[in-house]
Amino acid sequence: MIEHSLADIAQALANRRISSVELTALYLDRIARHDPQLNAFITVDPERSLAQARAADERLARGDTQPLTGIPIAHKDIFCARDWLTTCGSKMLGNFVSPYDATVISRFQQAGAVLLGKTNMDEFAMGSSTETSFHGPTANPWALDRVPGGSSGGSAAAVAARLAPAATGTDTGGSIRQPAALCNLSGMKPTYGVVSRYGMIAFASSLDQAGPLARSAADCALLLNCMAGFDERDSTSLDRPREDFARELTATTADRPLAGLRIGLPEQFFGEGCSPEVMHLVEAAIAEYRQLGAETVPVSLPSMSLSVAAYYVIAPAEASSNLARFDGVRYGYRAPAYDDLTDMYCKTRAQGFGAEVKRRILIGTYVLSHGYYDAYYLQAQRIRRLIADDFAEAFRQCDVVLGPTSPSTAFRLGEKAADPVQMYLSDIYTIAVNLAGLPAISIPCGFAGGLPAGLQLIGNYFTEARLLNVAHRYQQVTDWHRQCPPGHA
Amino acid sequence: MKHWEVVIGIETHVQLSTASKIFSGSSTAFGSAPNLQANAVDIALPGVLPVLNRAAVECAIRFGLAVGGEVAARSVFARKNYFYPDLPKGYQISQYELPVVCGGSLPIQCGENEKLISLTRAHLEEDAGKSLHEGLGPTAQGRSGIDLNRAGTPLLEIVSEPDMRSAAEAVAYARALHALVRWIGICDGNMQEGSFRCDANVSVRPAGEVRLGTRREIKNLNSFRFLQQAIDYEVQWQIATIEDGGSIEQSTVLFDPASGETRAMRSKEDAHDYRYFPDPDLLPLIVDRQWVEQVRAELPELPAARRARLIADCGLSAYDAGVLTASLDLANYYEATLATAGKENAKICANWVMVDLAARLNREDREIGQSPVSATQLGGLIARIADGTISTSMARKVFDELCNSGHTSSADEIIARQGLQQISDDSALTALIDDLLAANPGMVAEFRSGKEKAFNALVGQVMKATRGQANPQRVSELLRRRLG
Repeated sequence: MIEHSLADIAQALANRRISSVELTALYLDRIARHDPQLNAFITVDPERSLAQARAADERLARGDTQPLTGIPIAHKDIFCARDWLTTCGSKMLGNFVSPYDATVISRFQQAGAVLLGKTNMDEFAMGSSTETSFHGPTANPWALDRVPGGSSGGSAAAVAARLAPAATGTDTGGSIRQPAALCNLSGMKPTYGVVSRYGMIAFASSLDQAGPLARSAADCALLLNCMAGFDERDSTSLDRPREDFARELTATTADRPLAGLRIGLPEQFFGEGCSPEVMHLVEAAIAEYRQLGAETVPVSLPSMSLSVAAYYVIAPAEASSNLARFDGVRYGYRAPAYDDLTDMYCKTRAQGFGAEVKRRILIGTYVLSHGYYDAYYLQAQRIRRLIADDFAEAFRQCDVVLGPTSPSTAFRLGEKAADPVQMYLSDIYTIAVNLAGLPAISIPCGFAGGLPAGLQLIGNYFTEARLLNVAHRYQQVTDWHRQCPPGHA
Repeated sequence: MKHWEVVIGIETHVQLSTASKIFSGSSTAFGSAPNLQANAVDIALPGVLPVLNRAAVECAIRFGLAVGGEVAARSVFARKNYFYPDLPKGYQISQYELPVVCGGSLPIQCGENEKLISLTRAHLEEDAGKSLHEGLGPTAQGRSGIDLNRAGTPLLEIVSEPDMRSAAEAVAYARALHALVRWIGICDGNMQEGSFRCDANVSVRPAGEVRLGTRREIKNLNSFRFLQQAIDYEVQWQIATIEDGGSIEQSTVLFDPASGETRAMRSKEDAHDYRYFPDPDLLPLIVDRQWVEQVRAELPELPAARRARLIADCGLSAYDAGVLTASLDLANYYEATLATAGKENAKICANWVMVDLAARLNREDREIGQSPVSATQLGGLIARIADGTISTSMARKVFDELCNSGHTSSADEIIARQGLQQISDDSALTALIDDLLAANPGMVAEFRSGKEKAFNALVGQVMKATRGQANPQRVSELLRRRLG
């Protein structure tokens, strides 16, 4: 069962070959056995999950089913879930039990999915390795001494180790795609505004977007069907007609199913900065795509080299403001002893936030300060527009942009923790996509030294269905994505 | 001693009378128990997001049109970042570089003179909660409480140019603005509950100087009297300070009503760096022409226009027209009395509304909207005065009857029921007068010897004999003719 696609699991549940309770218990058992080595979950609550599974079984018995009814899903601990501890990987929210459901959570609830647990993450989603979590780092199931990527590293490790059939993540600068690449998963960041941000604890509001982490593009499509949709509680959510993201994933016998597809290869993705092993795998994937009928065209994203710098102005600026509410006044952590109000603020935030969060609050506060705003924040916004313009120009010449997701395979725990800039550079291929608000997916494209590598496909706005199809056709003719980490089969 | 010129600009926080908050669905009603009107968005739980209440925007558009300002086609909400326990998000959502209303002006009446005060801008923002330092009970010694009921209440911050030159002008401006926001229905104007609060920026400069002096900002004045007192004190203090060789430091000050003094709260050096930036959770506010025109079509006739019309059409003095347009309810009431009494009786109607009715309302502490006598009833009464059916003194009795009738009777019914019609029949009056003169030869003699007082006494006797129903004017005429 653990290797089944979501569609097959749904079929098994509908046919009563397995119950949701059995399925949930199976995964809870796997979590109990494997998670002590991985630390992928922050909160597991078997009773609560099994109660949801029982309710799902009743729905299944009534025939009141949707595609995800009865399927256990793990959620990144950034999503508020009613009556669940929701920590966002921080001591600051170490005691925070949410009184309400994020829109993403309630959409899964309405679909009858089972909340399997809350997964580990970099504190407030700030990191690329899940090492900044207050709950300790998560290990990569492919090599326990390596990082799973981040910030959605707990979700990625859980799905890769088959501790959950699928999971949610969020992606501000690559936080779905990079862990997907490092854990041999398919992970999609949709167009900004496709998935509601309501109840998703904000890191950088203009960049944050939730998306699926799963074992195939087809699974991602099913998850996205559940997650996406206009939400009047999120002013940046887009009011668009509902669409079936799996609609292009139909079976085909065509010899060259991607004939006519133009894949853009930006010179900036194929220069320095990427490890030769990863580049070799990406080039093999390009060859595979040509086999499938696609043609490749050279494109250029000249402003992309500025993306990391612009991102590390905009994201911290927004974060410095978004995290101001964690002040010890109304909920969350408060320092046990203090002299006065200012002292309470200082001690609460000094003790409640970790080093990386503090670093970004300091950067963000600095770039928004009087006298620096124009030079940093406004300048970064200009770069952001240039990057969006670059993509717009590229999409005049191609349908999909292709490149590596991450410049390397999973690095060792602690390897980059002491060097923030090295850590930031692990997102060089993903950040520009968030700055432009575009959809992108990372899919497995092979192994180097026993570690998985990811291929990134970037589409124009609202082309999620096509991206999923382009990924799916590749997965029809390759089996990288079917590989399971040793010891987890 | 030098002559000093006072320069004042005013920022006013006007609470908009929308049913729900500016970025959440919570009620804005005043007076509920602490924190009962604060939902997940208002208390800034992790993950919540603001959604703009269009009713608040509509209030801003109404105001923009009412002052002849420009309603921006595109304006932007920005975050104003600072820490305070009653500010749940650690930032206030406000508008900074691009406000929803730019420019405009407001006419004020200062003595006999009208003056036009220019407005800089008006922008939408959310109110903060309240910190409670007292009344929390014995267990809360040394602690403060936070009430977030007010957090997220929509505010329109209206900023004037530094156009006022005295405390009196500042008060006149605040009064005119207060009347306007109530008139156009965007604020209940309740100053005790904090619906209308002024900050006054005050500076002084030697007469003839073009550059502005250094200003101090007096925060949070919630009555016209405090505004007057605070500015008076501040001006004296600034002049005294400069004349003593000191200088004014730009700062924020608080007015203490108990001592009548202002005292510095923080100086410019301690001023916050608010780190304003566009709020990424909210899209730019787009107000299209159609929306503006729709709001314009629903806007009532504005006070200045109404005033001008009352002067031109009804012949009222500028003073009367000013008093009667103090609020939309009052102006509408007045015009409703005219509808019954007739426009030719505009002056009598004005007197009755401004004097008799006003006194009654004042005594009973009522607003015009709760008047014990309806405009139709009062208009009917005034019509009977005007056509001579009853005397003014009789009319006062009828007015009292009307006030006590609970809107059920008309003046005509009361006059008929109690037989209060004026006796204007000359033959009946002449007979009465003849009897009276015969019975009071002494008074007649006094009058003849030149004592005018005796004449008034005789009129009084006639009035008494008719239980006030005689037309006093006619009685005087007939009496003079008899005695003449």
